[in-house]
Amino acid sequence: MKRPPRDMDLSSRRIARRALVLGAAQMGFAGLLGWQMRRMQVEDAEEYRMLAEENRINMRLLPPARGLIFDRNGSPIAENDQNYRIVIVREDAGDVAVVLNRLRQLIPLSDDDIDRTLREIKRRSSFVPVTVSDRLAWDDLARVAVNAPALPGVRPEVGLSRSYPLGSDFAHVVGYVGPVSDYDLSKLQDPDPLLQIPKFQIGKIGIEAKEEMVLRGRAGNSQIEVNAVGRVMRELSRTEGTAGRNLQLTMDETLQNFVQARLDGQSAAVVVTDVRTGDLLAVASSPSFDPNKFVRGISSADYRLLTENKYRPLANKSVQGVYPPGSTFKMVTALAALEAGVMSTEDTVWCPGYITAGDRRFHCWKRGGHGHVNLHESLTQSCDVYYYDVAQRVGIDRISAMANKLGLGVRFDIPMSAVADGLTPTRAWKQARHGADWVIGDTLNASIGQGYVLASPLQLSVMTARLASGTDISPRLIRAVDGVEEPVLRTGPLDINPAHLRAVRRAMFAVSNSRRGTAYRSRIEEESLQMAGKTGTSQVRNISKAERARGVFRNEDLPWERRDHALFVGFAPYADPQVAVSVVVEHGGGGSAAAAPIARDVVLRTLYGEMPPLNAYPSSQRELIEEQQRALPLRDRGDPSPESSRA
Amino acid sequence: MSYLEYALKTVPKGPRKVLYLNWPLVLLLTAIAAIGFTMLYSVAGGAFTPWVEPQAKRFALGMMAMFVIAMVPIWFWRNMAVMGYLVALILLVWVEVAGTVGMGAQRWIDLGFMRLQPSELMKVTLVMMLAAYYDWLDLKKTSHPLWVLIPVLLILVPVALVLKQPDLGTSILLVVGGGFVMFLAGVHWLYFAVVTAGGGSLIWAVLTSRGTDWQLLKDYQFRRIDTFLDPSSDPLGAGYHITQSKIALGSGGITGRGFMQGTQSRLNFLPEKHTDFIFTTLAEEFGFIGAASLLALYTLVLVFCISSAITNKDRFGSLLTLGIAGTFFLFFAVNMSMVMGLAPVVGVPLPLVSYGGSAMLVLLVAFGLVQSAHVHKPR
Repeated sequence: MKRPPRDMDLSSRRIARRALVLGAAQMGFAGLLGWQMRRMQVEDAEEYRMLAEENRINMRLLPPARGLIFDRNGSPIAENDQNYRIVIVREDAGDVAVVLNRLRQLIPLSDDDIDRTLREIKRRSSFVPVTVSDRLAWDDLARVAVNAPALPGVRPEVGLSRSYPLGSDFAHVVGYVGPVSDYDLSKLQDPDPLLQIPKFQIGKIGIEAKEEMVLRGRAGNSQIEVNAVGRVMRELSRTEGTAGRNLQLTMDETLQNFVQARLDGQSAAVVVTDVRTGDLLAVASSPSFDPNKFVRGISSADYRLLTENKYRPLANKSVQGVYPPGSTFKMVTALAALEAGVMSTEDTVWCPGYITAGDRRFHCWKRGGHGHVNLHESLTQSCDVYYYDVAQRVGIDRISAMANKLGLGVRFDIPMSAVADGLTPTRAWKQARHGADWVIGDTLNASIGQGYVLASPLQLSVMTARLASGTDISPRLIRAVDGVEEPVLRTGPLDINPAHLRAVRRAMFAVSNSRRGTAYRSRIEEESLQMAGKTGTSQVRNISKAERARGVFRNEDLPWERRDHALFVGFAPYADPQVAVSVVVEHGGGGSAAAAPIARDVVLRTLYGEMPPLNAYPSSQRELIEEQQRALPLRDRGDPSPESSRA
Repeated sequence: MSYLEYALKTVPKGPRKVLYLNWPLVLLLTAIAAIGFTMLYSVAGGAFTPWVEPQAKRFALGMMAMFVIAMVPIWFWRNMAVMGYLVALILLVWVEVAGTVGMGAQRWIDLGFMRLQPSELMKVTLVMMLAAYYDWLDLKKTSHPLWVLIPVLLILVPVALVLKQPDLGTSILLVVGGGFVMFLAGVHWLYFAVVTAGGGSLIWAVLTSRGTDWQLLKDYQFRRIDTFLDPSSDPLGAGYHITQSKIALGSGGITGRGFMQGTQSRLNFLPEKHTDFIFTTLAEEFGFIGAASLLALYTLVLVFCISSAITNKDRFGSLLTLGIAGTFFLFFAVNMSMVMGLAPVVGVPLPLVSYGGSAMLVLLVAFGLVQSAHVHKPR
């Protein structure tokens, strides 16, 4: 077919025209693409660059080793144990079920463990290690390591886990650590990214919580490059963290162990203070609990046992518990009166067994009365009427001020949880708190440490130490941080006439060492170590008129929770005071019977530095004491603890 | 034009033909392929295997094929157009049948040294067929409905087969590429206006049908549309590719991160980084300068083809050149739009750069035809 040339030209022109139109459109589109490229790569480049970095670089935190806690002699109280675990990686294992079955013949694995592992492994990427078993014994780990060729994809790993080798002895003081909870996060204004690590452990109570910042250390980090599915390609940089600082406590773990053992079976608290420095040598609260259980995650059954126990093992009675100090408060009232000049050490008061103030009758514990008593006799025999009398002369506000001076009603800055303020009431306080006027009866109750007055065993111990030393020492719990000594908290002598202090100390000596003293049975025979003290028995209920008419109930006849608290405060040796002790036995009955013997044993143990010899005790009691010493449930030091046998 | 007409004109003969080749176009194609090798070397982590070596071999083979085809007179290729179209169509049907019978989802034919995808072949043979059709067709009948229907059917039959595979990218290329040839041949504007309007309203109808009783697409298909319109709505699901690809592209900046320094592509954030998404690697490592340069090279290919076609009085040669240029345009335009998030993810490779035997060979064969038309154009 031959086409006319005219046709050819027409066709050619038409194609050229259309080609230009289409070509222009295509160029236009290419221009659009170029414009879009410019927009993304030039204008928005920064934004995309950032997204790319996020894609690429993953920050992995390296948790620091937590600071250790030692007692004053360097025995470990809180340690970091190696925690061995077995992990499995699917892509290396091949048939996970087969490998797990082989593993099972080597280490104890329950069906639950296997199921959980298989479930977890299905959920994760094939290269993510999944924990099969945690907290393995060293032997088990060794068996797995030896059989490694038969266990593809199985890897032993090691991490650090907090442990408390002394078990329950320091549970209340040191506390325990646990994984960060949402509640912790909401409560803490702590931006430390470590807290975001799953299962990272922080201090929950006690020193672990209060000294968290010292103990935690600083996280290191490792920048790793990951690909789209999260597989680690390589480490870009690594900064090692700083381990937490080590704490040395003022406490003596052997003494603490003795005290806890001595309190075994009772709901009680003891605080032993070094009179010269304020060092807390023992801070015991009984019964206690095993903090290791909390670190590992306590079972609900175990937890229920702790919370439902009427002796409240979880409460730290030594600093957090407050009790009416009872007669142990009488030194405060006496000193307030002496300092105010409303009476002298030799003035006497007539005690007929009761006193009438306002329209009420206030009874002395001794129904027949003590007759004429001066300061010395009133403390020795714990006459209540004497204090009813002088308290009316001195007034509550001056009593309260004296109490504060001696450390009652003062919150000491020691790193423990829920350190109690106690209470030393004043007129203004009652007005503010109860909206009622202070009445004379309140003063009378307060004068013998009842009514509104509340003090913790720690405060009572400090009070005794101040009385004994005549200085305003404050309690110290941390002796050194990373080997650097903490300062002793003392500014100088107490602002109290030394003669008055001596008179009170003399009376306290008589409490323990004169035949008429309320704690004579609990005296120390060894002359160089003789103890001075004061008993206290504080009511936890009102004695009604009817009861009084029938005769006051004997404590033994009452249900446990309605019995009186037994208290004792004391210091020794009398000639050269070194230690002060306070003892509170909840619902223990009388202070002289329940609390004073404990105080004596603890003081002797502290002064001897070992189990006190029997000749320190009165000869008539030695047989009994020997039996009691043998029965003490002390921690056995011959047997290494199960934790240390692992390492 | 008939053979006689060609003979009347002065057409170079013998080895002298080599001098009449469109050498700038050869250089452009080589430069683009070289960029491709560089990028394949980079995504392989600095190695010639597994991609650069076979790709280079195929390029060498393709260049040889291009020269051989260029030496053969264009009228021979015009006479082969129908045959080529039918062969490609038969192969398409064959892989479709064989694919369903026993070869799994295989869409290619093993030629021993490479795997040929008939759908790739069809991209060229369809353009050839249409060019030959309009060369044969009386100029006056171009816009007659009957004579418009025939090329439409020529396009739709292979499209239907390819869509069944399913290969949306190739289908679009075939439809639009065929449409380009028809437009260039001079089919009346109105047809295109009607088809465009019809397509637009169909899309509108589909979108508005969502959630109604007469919903035209399945829910998951709508979700895919959502993902395209807003990739961030599903960053780790279907929108993942688009999001990651955009991050790679954008993070390149002006000068790029440097050769072999593209973290996105090297760290597996990118899917198909050696095939459909290779442009992102280029853009990440060489930045805006690299990406814009490649775009400029592609555009220059278009310019040389169009100028060759405009100066060609031979209707078949001219239409063929423009049709192949149009298909080439579609390749890179769709691919780049896709990786920049301007178009949904459809499987269209970046021409001469993406790893893949069929596409590379077929494109070089197509440019062999363009060269043949250039060499043998009436002067």
